[in-house]
Amino acid sequence: MSTALKPKHQRLVLVILALVVLIGAALLAIWGLRGQASYFYVPSDIASDPPEPGRAVRLGGMVQEGSIQTLADGVTVSFVVGDGEATVPVRYTGITPDLFVEGSGVVADGRLAADGTFVADSLLAKHDENYMPRELEDMSEAQAKAVVAETTAK
Amino acid sequence: MHGFANPARFLRLARWMTPLLLVSGLVLVSGALAWGLFYAPADRLMGETVRILYIHVPSAWLGMGGWTTIAIASLVELVWRHPLATIAARAAAVPGAVFTFICLATGSIWGRPTWGTWWVWDGRLTSMLVLLFLYFAYLALANAAQKDGIGAGSRVTAIFGLVGAINVPIINRSVIWWNSLHQPASITMGKSAIDPAFLWPLLICALGFSLLFGGVVLARMRAILANFQAEARLRRRAMASEAMASVEGATV
Repeated sequence: MSTALKPKHQRLVLVILALVVLIGAALLAIWGLRGQASYFYVPSDIASDPPEPGRAVRLGGMVQEGSIQTLADGVTVSFVVGDGEATVPVRYTGITPDLFVEGSGVVADGRLAADGTFVADSLLAKHDENYMPRELEDMSEAQAKAVVAETTAK
Repeated sequence: MHGFANPARFLRLARWMTPLLLVSGLVLVSGALAWGLFYAPADRLMGETVRILYIHVPSAWLGMGGWTTIAIASLVELVWRHPLATIAARAAAVPGAVFTFICLATGSIWGRPTWGTWWVWDGRLTSMLVLLFLYFAYLALANAAQKDGIGAGSRVTAIFGLVGAINVPIINRSVIWWNSLHQPASITMGKSAIDPAFLWPLLICALGFSLLFGGVVLARMRAILANFQAEARLRRRAMASEAMASVEGATV
């Protein structure tokens, strides 16, 4: 056979075919996992398909600005978690993580109460991808103050 | 390319490359770590704990880089039957596993103060743990294959190295495909969400750890080659003395 491939090229074709099949299988598996492998539901998932009250679910989203309130007992906080489309009110009793602040991400384990409030058993803080020195943030605040001082009437 | 197939030429190159990579890597890593740990500022939210970044992120990159090395070397072994590729794949497995373990350990230590937990089963953390287990399986397979030299068993190891590479893009994309506790990538093609005050020591650290990784791989490749040579020499000596014995037995 004069048209036969060199063994080296035969092996190359075989390996490439095997890789294509493998990547196809992996993409199928990932497609199948797209709803299941997520670590938490976002508020719009809860709004569109509310889990039955009492079923354990995990909720993740952003703590809305100005929504954190400490209740009268001093250890229970209530806040609102949103994802830009829907919001869910959350209640949690216990110590909050250091990074739990308004405008930051949060992941809560818990269940939906009958009144639509999410009662959390545990709270995890989610960090975003931005890293910024504290000094720089202070600097911009100081600069902002300086600008305010300069622009206000003497 | 086939010039590098010659082990003698490789050994000549590796003899001076190994100490060069190890020493320059050590110098860069210790310099960048001193910069990152003592001089770089604290983060606005995480405070001092951000300093674990300088070990965690390079380890994660090299953990994935180790398997990428295994996959490329396995491909070269399977298609071109390049003996040095087999040795390179073997040599990259242990340092890759060590960096993956460092990444998981430092990530866990970092997760406790920032997220409030040592471990969660989200996409990024789980796929990274799978990578560590893949390394363990690869090492066990390579060890078993070594018993029958570079042959069929070695090919099975190479196929496993190639198939396992599917996990590397999954680790990379896990924070995009699925909701996860781990934040998305800070450094993407040409863009960085990390302030330059953290980024420079981080990049120098990553370069230093990569040089160390390269030095360790070369040193291990030299050790594997030396082992082969010693074994071959022993085999020759055993055969020679056996032949001698049979000759003596015939004359008596």
